[in-house]
Amino acid sequence: MTTDDVRLVAPAPTETTEPPPPQRRRIRVPVGWLMVAPNLVLIGLFLLVPLVWALIMSFQAKRSFGPGHWSGLENLGRLLGDGVFWRAMLNTGIFTLATVPLSVGIGLGLALLMNDALPGRGFFRTIVYLPIAVSTLVTSLVGLLLFDETVGIVNGVLRDLGLGTVRWQSEGGWAMVTVVVMTLWSRIGFGMLVYLAALQDVDKQVLEAAEVDGAGPFARVRHVVVPWLRPTTFFLVVINLIWSFQVFDIVYVMTNGGPGYSTTMLVTYAYDEGFGAARNFGYGATVGLVLFVLTLVVTAVQLAVNRRREV
Amino acid sequence: MPRWLRFLVCVLVCVVFVLPLVAMVVVAFTPRDLILDGGAGLWPSRWTTDNVTGLFDRFPVWQWFRNTLLVASLTTVLSVSVNLAAGFALAKLRFRGRGLVFLIVLSTLMVPVQAIMVPQFELVARMGLIGLFWAVVLPSASTALGVFLARQFFLSVPDELLDAARMDGCTYWSAFRRVVLPLSRPLIAVMALLAFMTQWNDFLWPLITLRDPDLYTLPVALSFLQGQYDADYGGLMAMALLSCVPLLIVFVVLQRFFVAGFSRSGIR
Repeated sequence: MTTDDVRLVAPAPTETTEPPPPQRRRIRVPVGWLMVAPNLVLIGLFLLVPLVWALIMSFQAKRSFGPGHWSGLENLGRLLGDGVFWRAMLNTGIFTLATVPLSVGIGLGLALLMNDALPGRGFFRTIVYLPIAVSTLVTSLVGLLLFDETVGIVNGVLRDLGLGTVRWQSEGGWAMVTVVVMTLWSRIGFGMLVYLAALQDVDKQVLEAAEVDGAGPFARVRHVVVPWLRPTTFFLVVINLIWSFQVFDIVYVMTNGGPGYSTTMLVTYAYDEGFGAARNFGYGATVGLVLFVLTLVVTAVQLAVNRRREV
Repeated sequence: MPRWLRFLVCVLVCVVFVLPLVAMVVVAFTPRDLILDGGAGLWPSRWTTDNVTGLFDRFPVWQWFRNTLLVASLTTVLSVSVNLAAGFALAKLRFRGRGLVFLIVLSTLMVPVQAIMVPQFELVARMGLIGLFWAVVLPSASTALGVFLARQFFLSVPDELLDAARMDGCTYWSAFRRVVLPLSRPLIAVMALLAFMTQWNDFLWPLITLRDPDLYTLPVALSFLQGQYDADYGGLMAMALLSCVPLLIVFVVLQRFFVAGFSRSGIR
């Protein structure tokens, strides 16, 4: 603890009508806490309380609002033998493996492409950023318009080109492709924006030194730029992983988990169980908690790996 | 890569990225019978504004806009205040449990809304907030990303600056107001933009808590229209277009703040 902090935080005696505090230490604590308090109250009330409540619900058979009754590990037992749940796990995994590397990778590629001087660069960047401002609902509805099997634009174009149509909605694999494509469309711009912001700080002298030492453009990117961007990449991977694990809107609107269960994700399944026709609050909460634990574990592993690399 | 090739790739990328938006605009002005007959295309033989006018005739579109604007503005004001204060405290003030607080805030990123939706709804209902905009505003005010951005920003503000203000006789609060706030204008811009956009576009939670069509925000209204219009993409795209144009304009105008906010956040 430095004296600077004390000076910043402790009020000067002339500013307060209250008797001077007996110890500076006792003053220091409240200001910091006062400033984080509104945030903590909101988090506590609307997040932690429901989270604990969800945990309680996962041990209950609860089909309506109000108190449920205890059912022990019944929900967990059902979960382990539930084929749809495992299908949702698999689908979420596939979706994540498809969307995270592509969002981050294409974001980096486009950032490098649009970093150096180029006529119309600002315009190009803006176009790629635009989907950031488009809601997932609009994204999903436009996705439907593009990939509708009968009146959709993509099949219309394919038909005109004489290539035959694709069963975007009635074939599980293709339905997954459409969901992934629209997700990428909405996410790549953010990755590019964050990378571009980071690229502004790349040390030009190091780059020039590398060039003098005979490093070609590819080597410069690989050995100077990419290592420099590691913290950015880490941030983007973590946030994209979380977004992918929690994907809901696009799937809900475009496929509603179908056809069959081929695009059912953990969150859409939790929603269907909790709020859909099933109205099984306890089971819905259990599925949601599994997702929460998975997210925690994966993020913790990433943090650990990242820390080890930095040392 | 030669310059002309880079330029060409950029053009191609942009065509791909803008295509969905172009499709939305075109279909919004395509007559219904053309879509149902030959499918939607990128250049219809006839154009119409019926889809747009039909929306205003049949649905409380202005009301939806007012609702969304109100909810998004309230959330923005509350969210920026709360997150700015927390971010500043986490970066510049030392207090016991600071690390723990930061960890708690960050860990909220990992809680899927859908996992806690049922108890959250029950809680909000017991507080008597269902059908009120506060039910949407309050739970979304504190955001991990907002706190994180603010903290990273303030970490880059030198302590000496604040100390100097203190030594010049500023009280704690006036130092915050006169030195910290003017400095953080780009930060506030990016936080406000993020909060506003997130709330303008939020779907699931407003869907659950705002049950009355007169209270709907735009995304909920869109989902409602999806049921009303079925395969009539004309009306659906007209509403989609209307709902995202204001935000697209705001975003393009304020874009540089967005980029600046991120580049100063230290996520390099």
